[in-house]
Amino acid sequence: MSSAENPIFSEARLAEIKSVVERYPAAQSALLPVLHMAQEDFGYLSMPVQQLVADTLAVRLMAVREVVTFYTMFREQPCGKYLMEVCTNAGCMLNGANELAAHVCETLGINMGETTPDGLFTVTEVECAGACAGAPVVQINNEYHEKVDAAHMDAFIADARGQGGAA
Amino acid sequence: MISADPSKVTAICFDRIHHPNQHKLEVARANGAYKLLPKVLKEFSSEKIIEEVKTAGIRGRGGAGFPTGLKWSFVPRNTGKPIYLMCNADEGEPGTFKDRDIMRFDPHLLIEGMIMAGFALGVRDAYIYIRGEFLHEANVLNAAIEEAYAANLLGEHILGTDFSMNLTVHRGAGAYICGEETALIESVEGKAGRPRFKPPFPAVEGFYRCPTVVNNVETLSTIPAILEFGGAWHASIGVANNTGMKIFSVSGQVNKPGNYEVPLGTSLKTLIEEHCGGLQHGSLPKAVIPGGSSSPWLTAEHYDIPLTFDDLAKAGSMLGSGAIIVMDETADVLAVTRRLAHFYAHESCGQCTPCREGTGWLERVLVRIENGQGLPGDIAVLEDAAQYMAGRTICALADGAAAPVMSLIKHFPEAVRAGIVEKAA
Ligand SMILES: Cc1cc2nc3c(=O)[nH]c(=O)nc-3n(C[C@H](O)[C@H](O)[C@H](O)COP(=O)(O)O)c2cc1C
Repeated sequence: MSSAENPIFSEARLAEIKSVVERYPAAQSALLPVLHMAQEDFGYLSMPVQQLVADTLAVRLMAVREVVTFYTMFREQPCGKYLMEVCTNAGCMLNGANELAAHVCETLGINMGETTPDGLFTVTEVECAGACAGAPVVQINNEYHEKVDAAHMDAFIADARGQGGAA
Repeated sequence: MISADPSKVTAICFDRIHHPNQHKLEVARANGAYKLLPKVLKEFSSEKIIEEVKTAGIRGRGGAGFPTGLKWSFVPRNTGKPIYLMCNADEGEPGTFKDRDIMRFDPHLLIEGMIMAGFALGVRDAYIYIRGEFLHEANVLNAAIEEAYAANLLGEHILGTDFSMNLTVHRGAGAYICGEETALIESVEGKAGRPRFKPPFPAVEGFYRCPTVVNNVETLSTIPAILEFGGAWHASIGVANNTGMKIFSVSGQVNKPGNYEVPLGTSLKTLIEEHCGGLQHGSLPKAVIPGGSSSPWLTAEHYDIPLTFDDLAKAGSMLGSGAIIVMDETADVLAVTRRLAHFYAHESCGQCTPCREGTGWLERVLVRIENGQGLPGDIAVLEDAAQYMAGRTICALADGAAAPVMSLIKHFPEAVRAGIVEKAA
């Protein structure tokens, strides 16, 4: 089976990648889109995944490494099933983001940047999410949660634990 | 409906934003989207469009405020190279959240603006560079683009004319610097987003060394109204040299944070008190960041300032992206500055030494001051570091990093001094 340690793109993915490449003057332009796809397919960008992307687009592995390490959204390590990204920049900070972040970490018993031992939750601090009217903002697996309070996070965590326990 | 009478205009970019399902082509069309497009493609010349945009006086809404018509007129048309159009939807400047609303609620407005701009500039391939976190917005745009292709509003021989244009959404991946136009271009070339030296400007040498126009979402979304009602119409909204409506993203300590589209020249106080429901605490702001986190701060002294590019420049700040972060009397200005210093240190691309070293230095010194362990010379250290960064780098990120620190020292020296340990007697 295809995995981060032994990755292969599906036929459908390869067809999609081909059509993305055609939209640009050169294949390297498709690097960010293809890395997003790879991260979605394999969970994170392990070295084998990065090599696969390099081979698929016929670009040097070094060019892929350069991009993966430059952009914050690309992850070289696996993260929890629920990636909680708390914005603590100015607009959110002025509306209680630090207290919210501390509450989430305490509830989960982990430090900022860590993953719970059961692999369910990762909490990170991120830069301005571009949704400051909804401060404080938390992105959970790329979905925006706005005007978030401790009760909202508690409910989300309890709910996710219920589902995680059943799985 | 946008009024043909400039004194009655209440919105341009947000005019149709509150209609339910406006993101669907059928609804957008029923509300007037693409109504003018056939006429533009069949009857307007490239020169006429660029002339109208110049007459409109619109200045870029992305941060630098450069006149859009002038930028378009710099594009060399006879080099034999393709000409590219890039919409800047990176929206990374802390405090800015306006482009997101245009894209998620009225994507066809942006698409129509891009088709018109692309037609005026002779573009075959256009791209929307959207910040990676805006996955929902990217999906909405992609669905709208798909509908537009199916209706022959994009692709080959648009609406039966000789004009053909492709439009592709390109997602970034979490790098503020990619909002800078040359870093954005590097990013669409599949590289790390490191800004290029200017000149050459992108309009002359950009994407794969071809002429490339980079414009903000709000700028491009204003084009359909300018072509419908005319440049002179647009020029009579707002004030001289600062024409049109502007979306202000107001956040921080106000009662009703949000996006408000008002004529340029509206005062800061009117915006905060009449639109945003006033401050959370007290009656005067402690500090206001008027144009995104990279703009120097204002204090209550400037509460009445008209919000224009020129008035803010005169006050030593800038209109920037129109992102207003409000701090009321309860705000911890030192903590906000330290947090912004962390942002710039994290987002510096690292290629220019003054920025790479300076941003980290500012943060470290501010952290120790916040912890009450500042050293006696630290104010001078901060001032020096900030001064030696600003204006000495390839792009303006370093200037943006210096601005909050300089503002803090200028307006709130006592807050800094409180964290400095006096020499033992
Ligand atoms: C560090 C930095 C970040 C920027 N971020 C953005 C951004 O997120 N969105 C944007 O439209 N312009 C941004 N800009 C400004 C762009 O370089 C450019 O001026 C703008 O996209 C041009 O479009 P306009 O003329 O329509 O404003 C940024 C500039 C700098 C120096």
